[in-house]
Amino acid sequence: MWSFNNIADSIHKWLNLTFNPTLATIIEMVIVGVCVIGLFAVLGLVLVIMERKVSAWMQIRLGPNRVGPKGMFQSLADTVKLLVKEGMTPSGADKFLFNLAPYIALIVAMLLMAPLAFAKDFQMWDINIGVLYISAISSVSVISILMAGWSSNNKYSLMGAMRSGAQIVSYELSAGFSVLSVVVLAGSLNLNTIIQSQADGWWIFKGHIPVIISFIIFIIAVTAETNRAPFDLAEAESELTAGFHTEYSGMKFALFFLAEYVNVFIVCAIGATLFLGGWMPLHIGHWEGFNHIMDYVPSSIWFFGKTFFLIFLIMWFRWTFPRLRIDQLLNLEWKYLLPISLFNILLVTAMAILGWYF
Amino acid sequence: MFITKYIKEVFKAVKSLLIGLRRTGYYFTHHKEIITQQYPDNRETLHLPERFKGEVVMPHNENNEHRCTGCTACELACPNGTIKVITKFDITPDGKKKKAIDKLVYHLELCTMCNLCIIACPSDAIVMAQTFEHSVFDRAELTKILNNPGSKIMEGVE
Repeated sequence: MWSFNNIADSIHKWLNLTFNPTLATIIEMVIVGVCVIGLFAVLGLVLVIMERKVSAWMQIRLGPNRVGPKGMFQSLADTVKLLVKEGMTPSGADKFLFNLAPYIALIVAMLLMAPLAFAKDFQMWDINIGVLYISAISSVSVISILMAGWSSNNKYSLMGAMRSGAQIVSYELSAGFSVLSVVVLAGSLNLNTIIQSQADGWWIFKGHIPVIISFIIFIIAVTAETNRAPFDLAEAESELTAGFHTEYSGMKFALFFLAEYVNVFIVCAIGATLFLGGWMPLHIGHWEGFNHIMDYVPSSIWFFGKTFFLIFLIMWFRWTFPRLRIDQLLNLEWKYLLPISLFNILLVTAMAILGWYF
Repeated sequence: MFITKYIKEVFKAVKSLLIGLRRTGYYFTHHKEIITQQYPDNRETLHLPERFKGEVVMPHNENNEHRCTGCTACELACPNGTIKVITKFDITPDGKKKKAIDKLVYHLELCTMCNLCIIACPSDAIVMAQTFEHSVFDRAELTKILNNPGSKIMEGVE
């Protein structure tokens, strides 16, 4: 049976037989880079059409239905339109930072891809501090937003960027705490070990109520961190026109747009890895027969299925809830989410020490 | 107690959010609820509500007779001067002069479809039609004369 792991192994073997090890490593890096860029493009296309269809159906509309069968090529047409559009730079802008910002947003998203396990034994970089790496890198994304807002020489952009800064800095705390609760239970920062620890049941089932609470907090916090509604104050079409990317157009705007969707995918993949077992099939305790049947479904399908389920959840939030005001946003974090997650981490720690999980 | 109020607030918030999610989830799974009309494609089967207001028209019967007495009530009722009634005097068979309309000029480009003229009309001479595809290439085409050429007032309408 083919799997991502087998393909990667055979390519690795063939490269090492044909070239010397250094050259083989360099070629492998190039292949991985191309694959990541390809995945970005595919994710952008798929998630945009998914978002538009989901939003349409939730608002009793039809959504895009003209380009291709049932409008499925709409995002392709949008991409072509963005590619041929002129990328303007305002004359009062700080040109260097203005042009750099979208690339930083994209590079952060690319770096976050590295420790994710897409399928069984299929990972770009297996590091023992994967969770720490992810939480460290994801806080860099605020720099690109601040950079874009500040260099645009536009009041709306600056205001959006400042809001986004306050928002990401505060929500990182509760996101960190909810991630920490799984780390406490699994006893490791390595994403592979965390996935292996869920072989007899995912943490959301094994850790019962405290882990469910931290899962909910995680979903709320990452929605805020990716600047999506109901926490999209940084963009806020109705008040700030588009927030930090008001002045961007053409491909530079498309890069911001792409980075947003890829970030959504990444945070959902992290959520799926930590709480829903990553590529691990649905295993229930010692039901050998059931577990055996579940093992027949390829691990990559499990991973992408769970990730897209979480993406759908976040889209569902976006098209249901109204946007919060900035003071309500910070109230929610500092008065509700943070105390609850602090109390929750205490519960989880007690549970881990006393062994009160399955 | 502060802490019970706090916990109650959290539960109330979660409950109201779940109600919202349930509504959008219902719409997401029930595509029959979709209210979008695929307009140019469904021109044949288009169903407009009874009270839809497209433009003012004057219905005529088969003998080319209308019900307008030329009282200018519609002209007075119109808030933005859309209707102009140009009257003339007809000579009745017994030699009396009688007021009648020569032309009822209607400026579609000024009309806001407010329905006040139809309410003001004492003899139900004008009604709102259900047409709505009004775009033309020349602005002059929007100035319409509502009474047909050679038409006269219906028997018995005063």
